[in-house]
Amino acid sequence: MTLSEIVEYLQASFPDAGLNLDETEPEPLILIPREHLQEVALFIRDDEKLHFESLMCLSGIEMGDELHTVYNLYSNKHNHKVSLRCKVSKEDPVMPTVTFVWRTAEWHERESFDLIGITYDGHPDPRRILLPDDWEGHPLRKDYVPQKKWHDIPLMTKEDIEKEAEAEKGDAK
Amino acid sequence: MSETQDLNIPLGPPQEKMSQALASVEDVHGERMRVQMGPQHPATHGVLRVEIETDGELIIKGTPHIGYLHRCFEKVAENITWPQIVPFTDRLDYCSSMNNNLGFVLACEKLFGIEVSERIQTIRVLVTELNRVANHCVAIAAYSLDIGAWTPFLLLIQEREHILDLFEEICGGRLLLNYIWIGGLSHDVPDGWLPKVHEFVEYMKPKIPELNQLLSYNKIFIERLANVAVIPADVCYQYGVTGPNIRGAGVKWDLRKNEPYSGYETYDFDIPIGTGEMGQVGDAWDRYIVRVREVEQSLRIIEQAATRLEGMPGDDVKAAIPKTFAKVPKGEIYFRTEQPKGELGFYLISNGKAKPYRVKCRAPSFSNLCVMPKVAPGLLIADMVALIGSIDIVLGDVDR
Repeated sequence: MTLSEIVEYLQASFPDAGLNLDETEPEPLILIPREHLQEVALFIRDDEKLHFESLMCLSGIEMGDELHTVYNLYSNKHNHKVSLRCKVSKEDPVMPTVTFVWRTAEWHERESFDLIGITYDGHPDPRRILLPDDWEGHPLRKDYVPQKKWHDIPLMTKEDIEKEAEAEKGDAK
Repeated sequence: MSETQDLNIPLGPPQEKMSQALASVEDVHGERMRVQMGPQHPATHGVLRVEIETDGELIIKGTPHIGYLHRCFEKVAENITWPQIVPFTDRLDYCSSMNNNLGFVLACEKLFGIEVSERIQTIRVLVTELNRVANHCVAIAAYSLDIGAWTPFLLLIQEREHILDLFEEICGGRLLLNYIWIGGLSHDVPDGWLPKVHEFVEYMKPKIPELNQLLSYNKIFIERLANVAVIPADVCYQYGVTGPNIRGAGVKWDLRKNEPYSGYETYDFDIPIGTGEMGQVGDAWDRYIVRVREVEQSLRIIEQAATRLEGMPGDDVKAAIPKTFAKVPKGEIYFRTEQPKGELGFYLISNGKAKPYRVKCRAPSFSNLCVMPKVAPGLLIADMVALIGSIDIVLGDVDR
């Protein structure tokens, strides 16, 4: 199925869900409100015509005041692709989990929580994955300021690095 | 060492059979303990910590803890320009730098609408396949060492050295190459390099039967791997396991065939899959032998590419490289390529500026490792080593 056919099919199956096409170049995505994310995800995995049984990638993204999660899906059976996008505001960064639909989302959602700060409601193991459990902040936020110390270990800040670079320049002269 | 509380963890179907068989042997059961394997453990291929809950010799639960090598590649990538990211991709999976370069560069080229000449594509295929052979040499060598065979390690590292010498001649680097650039290559192939590639292929071909004799069909090796750590195909789909691991489970899935890029559709090669020759389909031995057979197929591609290159007139390998990246097209893209360890995907967002807005790397080792909590229950502690080695992870790729 082509993307426009998939969108039409989904809109016919979920007339009240408010599914829309997000015209991003070069690959458009389907926008899904978070209230309907789980049922749509289950549907497109199990439906015979769609059969998206593999989740290629799950990415958390910060876009202005919003946080997005993009799901890149692929069907081995029908050899077609689709990307879904779910948006939430920064004040209320909670999204339903899709771990029970595609198990590979478990670690990807943990990574997205760790680095971007989106909470996935219903996740079986909602911990940080790459950073230490007691780390502060989410590094991939654009306004992230690294902490100065972690367990009394001094950490390098941007100013330290700049200072060091300047000192090196001075040495070279 | 502490007593574990929650022991009612359901076992996966293939493991269930095995643990039932083992349950009849009284010796394997014993005291319940929690053991930390790693982060400084020779068989974890880097700094991976696995928290294992055991019942005597049996594993009840195996939880990997990652992040010891985390450098936040994605944050670094947001602060440097597009071409500056290419050397950083070398350091993701440092055993197959060329393939990482290619994955990122192809995603960028698709996003920016850059097309490269057929000759550049052929050189790219040639060098990435050479690196695939090098990567599988390391994978098999390290695996044999984990299992307890010392000699194959020495032999395979020696073969890999020939490939590293070839790389040194084309770009100066041996491990971290930065050879494939957005829109071209950093250097053209030097004179007299292609005959050396042919020489290497002729040298490498008889080494594979030798390896089979020495290791693959060795009775001790088979006893150790057959029927161990089975990952069936449906589990692979569910957990996003790709590369030789899913092919070991009997699925003919290879992006070079299914979604060809860089002209892979014009090469003649087969996709080896696991058939359960020594035990069940998808066991550790199947995953191992798929890598050995992939080396043979890669050598076939290398030979074809080198022959084609000899017949092609030379051109400027830097011709299609954009003069400036100050203004690039806006857009979002997900692009994936077949890296030796599995599917390497990049999700790129460009807002038209010299620096990317967001770079997400879907690392193959990261997704392959997440199947471990599913497969580990029911294994013996010694088989945990066989499982980690057969998945073939590189911690630089897992932690990014």
